[in-house]
Amino acid sequence: MSAGAAESMEPGRQSTATRGAARRTFRGTLGFFGQSPAWPLLILLVAFFTLTSPHFLTWFNVSNLLTQAVIIGMLAVGLTPVFISGAVDLSVGSVAGFAACLLVTVQPHIGLYPACLAALLAGLSIGLFNGLVVEIFGLNSIIVTLAMMLGVRSLTFLLFGSKTISPTDYALSDLVGLKLGLFTFDVVVFIAVSLVVAAMLRSTVHGINTYAIGGNRRAAQDAGVRVSRHIVLNFAICGTLAALVGVTLVAQLGAAAPVFGQGYELLAIIAVVLGGTKLAGGSGTVVGTVAAAGALTVLQNGVNLLNVDVRYVTIIVGVVLVLTLTLDRLLSRGPGSSE
Amino acid sequence: MRPSEGAAKKLGGHRVAMSADLMLLPRRYPVFVLLIVLLLAASLITPAVLSPENIITAIRQYAVIGIMALGVTFVVIGGRVDVSIGSLLSVLVVVIISLHDKVGAILAVCAGVSIAAVVGTINGFLVAYLRLNSLIVTLGMLTALQGVANVASAGILNRVMDPEASWFKVFGRSFFLGVPVSVWIFGGFALLCALALGKTNFGRSLRAVGGNETGSVFSSINARWTIFITFLIASLLTAMAAIVFASYAMAAPYNSGTGLEMTVLASIFLGGTSIGGGVGGIGRTVIGVIVLAFLANGMILVGMPIQAQWLVSCIIIIAAVLLDTFARRGTLLA
Repeated sequence: MSAGAAESMEPGRQSTATRGAARRTFRGTLGFFGQSPAWPLLILLVAFFTLTSPHFLTWFNVSNLLTQAVIIGMLAVGLTPVFISGAVDLSVGSVAGFAACLLVTVQPHIGLYPACLAALLAGLSIGLFNGLVVEIFGLNSIIVTLAMMLGVRSLTFLLFGSKTISPTDYALSDLVGLKLGLFTFDVVVFIAVSLVVAAMLRSTVHGINTYAIGGNRRAAQDAGVRVSRHIVLNFAICGTLAALVGVTLVAQLGAAAPVFGQGYELLAIIAVVLGGTKLAGGSGTVVGTVAAAGALTVLQNGVNLLNVDVRYVTIIVGVVLVLTLTLDRLLSRGPGSSE
Repeated sequence: MRPSEGAAKKLGGHRVAMSADLMLLPRRYPVFVLLIVLLLAASLITPAVLSPENIITAIRQYAVIGIMALGVTFVVIGGRVDVSIGSLLSVLVVVIISLHDKVGAILAVCAGVSIAAVVGTINGFLVAYLRLNSLIVTLGMLTALQGVANVASAGILNRVMDPEASWFKVFGRSFFLGVPVSVWIFGGFALLCALALGKTNFGRSLRAVGGNETGSVFSSINARWTIFITFLIASLLTAMAAIVFASYAMAAPYNSGTGLEMTVLASIFLGGTSIGGGVGGIGRTVIGVIVLAFLANGMILVGMPIQAQWLVSCIIIIAAVLLDTFARRGTLLA
């Protein structure tokens, strides 16, 4: 793997193979976008739907697209640091549902903004719990967060009942209704959050150590990095952003139900990986993740605009995901290298 | 070989090793101990749990999950994962049931098995030969197959018109020597899989590939082919599970397998098959399946709401993994 990875990481290096050179030119043009197959996919999809549907590239639909992209995008941005450090969090969908229900349930008693804070704190605590269990006991994060996915969903039902509940204060919905040109308030929050997480990964000690841990945990440990702290912090960030998704869902829909967020973890993981983050850890960018979330949203939205039967949409999403990754592997690293 | 086994052998003689192995049972299979504790606790609350009828009912309800888990165990030992099996089950059940009355049971089953073989081949090719990440490939497959099941069901609940008239009912509805045929199938395949894993070249190669892929390649093991085969096995055993499910239900909701992949993975991890590859076994998975079966059954018997059952499952899974890690490492903390 090292040879292939090194090649694609250094687009300028000379090679004798013409095919290799062509590959690197392809990569080189896209190097700016952070090694992600999501950018070409996003551009292709936008071009395709612009040509095929007159309703796609309209002011209204683009604004709509941005709003739709927020939910999966924010979950995926939160997951990105966790993935880069070599762990997985499957509980994010359940955390979003829990936060949404908590917000709506406590809002009449303590007011809207304290309730938002409570929801975010709940997400933070669940994230911390995930990280601490994984790190203190040295368990595999997939198993722990798979169990937590069930556990948190169960708590949501047991604590808040199984009905859809509405807040008594709709200030949050009004806030999201505000428009700054194309951008609604939740889109602005999403962009801000993405920028903060991207900056954290690029320029803070924590971010750089996150890459180091994902690349080679033992080596990072031997170099004096406090591995566990960084991983727990990433889980905490991920949990908080998942709760923020719950808050956004309440704001967008004006209600909360205990099934909110079910299955979102899979879409978010698809976005993270399509964005070029390796499941094994050590590489990935927020920019790629955002592009991938955008591509997934454009795909679903565009297919709807083309009047394709909604039942075909999931087939198309699955096939596009696998095809994109296959093409990316064939074009960039060649079939010989391992992941 | 584990150090404990080596120590037992050194004490000299087969008999010593046997008794030492018995003593080591809680250390090697902590989840087995958990099962016994759970059963005793449940039977204190509701004595009906330990009646023979209930034991058979409990396992019968988990036969489908058990058959799928056997196949995925190979994939997990190879260091990969297959989450597409739940959606694959949905597709196969829809195909088998909707074709049953049109072309007959045999052709319907053949169609189902062929589809499973195609899906397994695609998964296996992408993971083993194109070196794509298995979680993502099978996640994509899960998404696509969910749609396929929905489209294939044509928006209606397909059902077999006269279930009792078809010989096809034998897989899910009949009994042999007082035990449901589906449980026999689960047991039979468990035995076959255990032999394949323990006694064949394929099984030994698979452990080597899962334990250290580069090392296995240097030992001239065809790692790609080995991984490829595991995905084929997982899909084909899912076809077997779909046959049992279809024969039992004789109807095909388009979402019959949704979420089953999580239960399957939970039962495999519960048994102690490690997600990193190389470590694990069929016996472990069978124990994991039985624990989950009794857990679900016991919780229903004591009248627990379904959402509370999830919470208990969450706690049991984490507890089981903790126990297993403790048994392996000798210390609880990392």
